Amino acid sequence: MSATCEETVKLSDNVRKEIDDWLTRFPPEQKRSATLYALRMVQEENGWVSKPHMNAIAEYLEIAPVAVYEVATFYTMYDLEPKGKHKIGVCTNVSCQLCGSDKIVEHIKNKYQVGLNEVTKDGKYFFQEVECLGSCCGAPVVIVDDKHYKEKLTPEGLEKVLQELEG
Amino acid sequence: MFNIEIDGQQVEVEQGQMIIEAADAAGIAIPRFCYHKKLSIAANCRMCLVEVEKARKPMPACATPVTEGMRVFTKTPAAIHSQRTVMEFLLINHPLDCPICDQGGQCELQDISMSYGEGVSEYTQGKRSVDGDDLGSLVATDMTRCIHCTRCIRFCEEVAGIKELGATNRGEHMEVGTYVDHALESEVSGNIIDLCPVGALTSKPFRYQARAWELQQMPSVASHDCVGANTFVHTRRQEVMRVVPRECEDVNEVWLSDRDRFSYTGLESEERLAKPLVKQDGQWQEATWADALNAVKEGLQRVKDKHGASQIAALSHPSSTTEEHYLLQKLMRGIGCHNLDHRLNRVDFSDQDQFGLYPRIGTPVAKIDELNAILLVGSNIRHEQPSIGLRVRKAALSGAHVMMVNPMAYEFHMPMSESVVVKPSEMVSALAQVAKAASELASGEVPAAAAKLLSGVSYSEAHKTIAKKLADAEQATIMMGALAQNHAHAANIRALCNLIAEFTGSSCGALTEGANAQGAWLVGMLPHRAMAGADAMVPGLDAQTCFAEKLRAYVLHGIEPEADVANSQVALDALKQADFVVSTTVFVTDAMKEYADVILPVAPATETSGTFINVEGRWQGFRGARPAFEEGRPAWKVFRVLGNLFALEGFDFESSEQVLTEVHAKVKQLEGKVHAWVAPERLPASHEKGLEVIAERALYQTDAIVRRAAPLASSKANPEFGVHVSVQTAQSAGVESCEQVEVKAGEHRVSLPLVLDERVPTGAVWLPSGYAESAVLTSHATVTLAKG
Repeated sequence: MSATCEETVKLSDNVRKEIDDWLTRFPPEQKRSATLYALRMVQEENGWVSKPHMNAIAEYLEIAPVAVYEVATFYTMYDLEPKGKHKIGVCTNVSCQLCGSDKIVEHIKNKYQVGLNEVTKDGKYFFQEVECLGSCCGAPVVIVDDKHYKEKLTPEGLEKVLQELEG
Repeated sequence: MFNIEIDGQQVEVEQGQMIIEAADAAGIAIPRFCYHKKLSIAANCRMCLVEVEKARKPMPACATPVTEGMRVFTKTPAAIHSQRTVMEFLLINHPLDCPICDQGGQCELQDISMSYGEGVSEYTQGKRSVDGDDLGSLVATDMTRCIHCTRCIRFCEEVAGIKELGATNRGEHMEVGTYVDHALESEVSGNIIDLCPVGALTSKPFRYQARAWELQQMPSVASHDCVGANTFVHTRRQEVMRVVPRECEDVNEVWLSDRDRFSYTGLESEERLAKPLVKQDGQWQEATWADALNAVKEGLQRVKDKHGASQIAALSHPSSTTEEHYLLQKLMRGIGCHNLDHRLNRVDFSDQDQFGLYPRIGTPVAKIDELNAILLVGSNIRHEQPSIGLRVRKAALSGAHVMMVNPMAYEFHMPMSESVVVKPSEMVSALAQVAKAASELASGEVPAAAAKLLSGVSYSEAHKTIAKKLADAEQATIMMGALAQNHAHAANIRALCNLIAEFTGSSCGALTEGANAQGAWLVGMLPHRAMAGADAMVPGLDAQTCFAEKLRAYVLHGIEPEADVANSQVALDALKQADFVVSTTVFVTDAMKEYADVILPVAPATETSGTFINVEGRWQGFRGARPAFEEGRPAWKVFRVLGNLFALEGFDFESSEQVLTEVHAKVKQLEGKVHAWVAPERLPASHEKGLEVIAERALYQTDAIVRRAAPLASSKANPEFGVHVSVQTAQSAGVESCEQVEVKAGEHRVSLPLVLDERVPTGAVWLPSGYAESAVLTSHATVTLAKG
């Protein structure tokens, strides 16, 4: 049941291992339940989720490819196109805004010549507008590569964070 | 059982029913889009909101179970208000392009918006548009019209068993489609056209052809498989425009296979024959019916006078009507010819005397859903009998053990409990192993003949599992498919299946080819049987011997030997050397012009009245949906006039009903043969050299009409044309990297595309039968492969 004539990819051993771990938490006939996690693993490893990757997940979980497409397109936090090398999520919700997230947004616009939800020309950074990260005590907050919280940031602080990524 | 009240009316309901089911049963109309009685409940369109006493808010009738003493109101101001509001919501993004929409005039959205829609909407924002996917040659998409009821998605997943459609993105951006380029692979995909309540999914072949209100509707019966799905044929000005399902719970429920739905397109073929043709001095001339029929009479009479009537054979396609089978055999027997047959693809006739009235399925079609265990023997059920395939899947989903003994590892749309996949030559021994395991489970005494037959057989775990699951099941059946019936040792297979059935308390039956093999058996379109199972007074030759013996004259009814007959090369050779060949046919081919002397245009099932008897013995009569094309005539009339020309008695019929009345009367008079199979004396040894051939009739090659249906031919459900082998087989033949390979069988060499297919067992090749290109190969037991 190959759905596309696109190239095929194989899930890495690491992703398979992680999926297998998640599968132990669901009934054996409910492999479909692991779709969310499988997509997350692939995105973490690959930076984004391609169609061949989705097909590979479908094959591994023994479900129809379209069932994976449904899930992947439903949730906005899966990136279905290649984004920058690093993902920088800037929270623009009330607490962060009050504490100066708009200065960070302004800085990005000036220095990198891109708006939010855009990739820099050199492909290094993808600046993304995100909703509340639940860490209002540390506002303004930025999330790096979907994982690392950087709190009480200023434009200068952001530059430091980006430099650390380079190093 | 208890009562609820709907709109003041007392309605008796069962625990667990939804309000909408109770209302439907009581004839109270509730508008709906997403609800469909054959699909799971989604409750996402909200159109069926009704007022329920003591409920705080409107309730969806499709997803609200009935409770005792419930009072439901479907027409109160509150209910109507909810429905109107939902209607306005559903129309936010609907383009209302009814004037250019194929669904216009038969659209649920159009109808309901007439009743519930407002003239003006509060939503003034722009509407979204959606690019539809290309779903292949059968279903057209206009997804801007989609209202997201998800019926099509649920059908594919739940009924068809292949999840090909999905809802991607969300909220206002939700789109129904395949997300990637993907043409539908399901053999029953056309049903989503009927299910779609709007014009998002429409029939591609019917697109822009006609408006619903221009069409006339005639009930009919599909003529391409042994189920006989009930249909409506829609015509406009005496032209068949489309075919849709006619609900019949006991046969096809509300579904129709793509083959039955789209085969009508084959009738428009350029090869359609308009007038009788007679060959005079080697030249084909159009002739009047009188002249053509006289030519037939003279031709047959000449052969009879010179060589005797035993040098004549008559063969009829199993999809011919009962009336046609009856009159043809009556005509031929009347002139002394006893070489009659309709079993064109069978090669082993050794057990033909052990059949009952006719081969039939072991259980009524409607009861398949309730079975607990089903063993498929030599059957690609999805392609052979799509409607039965859906029933078997239904049984599997409700817990039945579906198992198979097959020469191919077919991927079915249901979980398989156990599969034994062996090369064709090992089919018999595989079944013997199951029989042996079953004999050890049997409670009664094993008959001596069977015990002797199975004495040296040992079995493995898989065979034992099959036997045990059949034996443990409360209701179990064994279904023999085409690959079992057309097997070189079909008699052994049948005997062993019956043996397994007896040991395990199962029923056993066959899924026959064509729409009316049962009718042919019943009226004696057979060399060894006359009416209703009586032995023929003078036995004749079976279909294959008729050709192998190279007789002097042939009468072919509805047959294209190059594609319809097992050993097509032998058949063509025999026809070419014969003194006289008459073909009654819907289409004329170049091959036919080479071997025939008279070609008579006869009406297909859409243009004649007749009766099909389906695989469970259900007599289904139908009338022509339109008069015969050009000068074509119903075949029963042709045989009747020929009977008159030969001055035979009892050919005074004025309608096909009169023929049927005579058939009925004769069937009643005679008693059918008691079913009595005999255990074979010994089992054939399997030692074939070369690669064994699995010749399966391709999905859309079943008969002359289906073969010519262009939209079906380009459907992705069709198996890929070529010689299918496993990688291992290809490697040992050294052809794994070839696109084209030379397939050799005897002196025949054919170049065919190579398809690597893991379903084929090592040491075998799969070839599609029904194609002229591969026809010379499919009758051979083995072939070899070489680089081509």
